[in-house]
Amino acid sequence: MGLATDNIISGASTEQSDGNIITTTIDKVVNWGRKNSLWPMPFGTACCAIEMMATLASKYDLSRFGSEAIRFSPRQSDLLIVSGRISIKMMPVLKRIYDQMPDPKWVISMGACASCGGVFDTYTLIQGVDQFLPVDVYIPGCPPRPEDLIDAVMQVQRQIQKGELPKGVEAAP
Amino acid sequence: MTEEKEITEDTTPLVIQQLREKFADGLLSDAEVNNGVAVVVNKDNLYAILEYLKTDLAYSMLLDITAVDNSNLEEELMKYDYARFMVVYHLYTFEGETPRIRIKVPVNDKDLIVPSIINLWKGANWLERETYDMFGIQFEGHPNLERILMPNEFEGHPLRKDYPLRGRGERERFNFDKQNA
Ligand code: SF4
Repeated sequence: MGLATDNIISGASTEQSDGNIITTTIDKVVNWGRKNSLWPMPFGTACCAIEMMATLASKYDLSRFGSEAIRFSPRQSDLLIVSGRISIKMMPVLKRIYDQMPDPKWVISMGACASCGGVFDTYTLIQGVDQFLPVDVYIPGCPPRPEDLIDAVMQVQRQIQKGELPKGVEAAP
Repeated sequence: MTEEKEITEDTTPLVIQQLREKFADGLLSDAEVNNGVAVVVNKDNLYAILEYLKTDLAYSMLLDITAVDNSNLEEELMKYDYARFMVVYHLYTFEGETPRIRIKVPVNDKDLIVPSIINLWKGANWLERETYDMFGIQFEGHPNLERILMPNEFEGHPLRKDYPLRGRGERERFNFDKQNA
């Protein structure tokens, strides 16, 4: 419990009595649970997806951080990983998938292509998915290494633990 | 290449000789033999030539259909009566000494219609749609000549030379709500 309890009880509003009783706030416990059970929805359309697969596989093993339950159904996931080029024909599909995910939901834009179009400055390629989706964490690189993706997931976890709302919620009126 | 052969020998590939015999007026050029064999043919003879290649000369496999926009190449334009496009068919055979052959047909901007060859190769279906999508070439007799790569609402044909590389702003103002509806 060591590390985990540290996270829950850190902060002024929590305290630990000398016995086995922990007091905390509901929000903190919920955030702690949420943070350690992110269910990613992979949206791999190009070479970055290969790095994402490596991250999920045994060598880099994203499940060490509680995100091993990859769902190919958006209705069961809360973290969208956009990895790869998105064309103008694909963007409505991606938007629809994002809309189908239940709140609260986070978005990681993985790689140069998803974040800004990368080297593909052409008529058909969306120059950054953040024009149409609220992106929480960007990962630079072409392709980013698995460590970068793990870092981004942990960045999302830190935001959740701090109680920050996802970009998608903040953007709403 | 073939130094042992005598210079007087006709080095034209056999398939071209056969084509010449059968379609004397159909061929518009001599065979180019660098980088595979290619020959330019007349649009009116295109279907018959492809049919002959498939049925009699065993070119059973259609590898690709595509097109080239020559509008920036004055030299190429002059050769074939200022026909802007060149539609290219790549064929393959498992027999004979010339496995690959390219059949090219000049197509004028004012008459973009080429006969569809779906009756010869079913696989031509998507290839013709792609050529239509990218260059705007019409394939007469195609059962479903629609865009295949670009969204249906897209305007223009992006592989034409007069189409700007970064598009005409489609990527910024694309109407996603309409698409989702
Ligand atoms: S950023 Fe690089 S590796 Fe990733 S999808 Fe684009 S081209 Fe491929």
